[in-house]
Amino acid sequence: MKSLYDSQELDITITRLALQLIENHEGFENTVIIGLQPRGVHLSDRIFQKIQKILPKTRIEYGKLDITFYRDDFNEKGGLLQASDTQLDFPIEGKQIILVDDVLFTGRSIRAGLEALLDYGRPANVELLVLIDRRFNREVPIQPDYSGMAVDVIEDQKVKVLWQEKDGKDEVVLL
Amino acid sequence: MHANSLSVKHLLGIKELLPSDIELILKTASQFKEVLQRPIKKVPILRDTSVVNLFFENSTRTRISFELAEKRLSADTINFAASSSSVKKGETLIDTAKNILSMKVDMVVMRHSASGAPHFLAKHINASIINAGDGINEHPTQALLDSFSINEKLGGLKGKKVAIIGDIMHSRVALSNIYCLNKMGAKVVVCGPPTLIPKHIESLGVEVSYNVRETLEWCDVANVLRIQLERQNKPLFSSLREYAMYFGIDKNLLSNIKKEIVIMHPGPINRGVELSSDVADSENAIILDQVENGVAVRMAALYLLAGKKDQMI
Repeated sequence: MKSLYDSQELDITITRLALQLIENHEGFENTVIIGLQPRGVHLSDRIFQKIQKILPKTRIEYGKLDITFYRDDFNEKGGLLQASDTQLDFPIEGKQIILVDDVLFTGRSIRAGLEALLDYGRPANVELLVLIDRRFNREVPIQPDYSGMAVDVIEDQKVKVLWQEKDGKDEVVLL
Repeated sequence: MHANSLSVKHLLGIKELLPSDIELILKTASQFKEVLQRPIKKVPILRDTSVVNLFFENSTRTRISFELAEKRLSADTINFAASSSSVKKGETLIDTAKNILSMKVDMVVMRHSASGAPHFLAKHINASIINAGDGINEHPTQALLDSFSINEKLGGLKGKKVAIIGDIMHSRVALSNIYCLNKMGAKVVVCGPPTLIPKHIESLGVEVSYNVRETLEWCDVANVLRIQLERQNKPLFSSLREYAMYFGIDKNLLSNIKKEIVIMHPGPINRGVELSSDVADSENAIILDQVENGVAVRMAALYLLAGKKDQMI
């Protein structure tokens, strides 16, 4: 296991991503943030908290989306993935959506996420924010609008983002 | 064994399940219940799966519920009713099933009037089988949706007091519920006329009562069952009217009991026999919630068993 980024570097990047969102979505009147279960929600939690800290009076709608029942690798991985809870307590019709995930790799999770999202209504537009972009491993044409850092490693290596609340520390590692 | 996977390839009965299997089904069902609240109540996960609903016995709720569950998972469904099929021409159960499966069907949902019919079929075919009721043996998805509904209403199953009242002898719902509630740590009392309670049922870990009033005073939940006249081939009590007088539950009886009891019924209800209309339609009755939850629970069972498809051969 090789460390790529430590907690301080991670925090700086998350702060930058939060500021970029504020720059593009000033006021957040028609914008909602949606984290992808299970691991994208740790990032979306942080981003949401950062924006709330900078703009304490702004009310931002924030949800979590599970994509287990939309995956295209059912019966291929051996063993089922446990579904997580979806929490979308607001209509997404006509909203600007920021979809948040930790690592963008093949793009297939985001494809499933888009399909799941559209079952809740027709948003005005959807943007993608990721912490790690593995640029050369895409299997579908999906690109991020906001990207934390680019990590270029060979395909069978795994990049994992560790989170304090789940794994005991903030770190990006190469497995 | 994968933690997110069932320990069984078929859902033949609750008897064969581990408590962790039941927990996994109930947890997955709560996620499907959320799917059913969405504007588009459908997910694509089983679009490569075909399911045949083999109903050798009449059914309204269970058949519609399974069919909806399959459609909301995007599976292809084929409906089969014995009354309009070649079974009438003398085809055997195995031949019927093998012929259907040779058309590349992955799962079988089956109801049959003979106890053990799905267990027998499971030995002869390669598809996953879900028992939708076999004779007087088991009706596993009904017990699972009953447990799901109790859990939803009371916030748990462990230590809850559940009374099963009525025709225990001929009820597959009763047997599946006894297994399920025992495995989840609930306490069970069965109540009915002595002729409708099988001997030695205590060996399943339940207590027996012949007094409805005492049972209602004890329980948190009363799961009331129908008298299954179609399965009784000799008289077991004098008349339905007498049964209603001694074992029927009406508003008058409930108002004399000082606590709130959740009333459940697997349907179809014989109004005026086991339940009076004012009880069946009261706020304490969660009979229609049970029906709603049935779709989510059956989606969970289908989804979790379809995940074992590659292990069948």
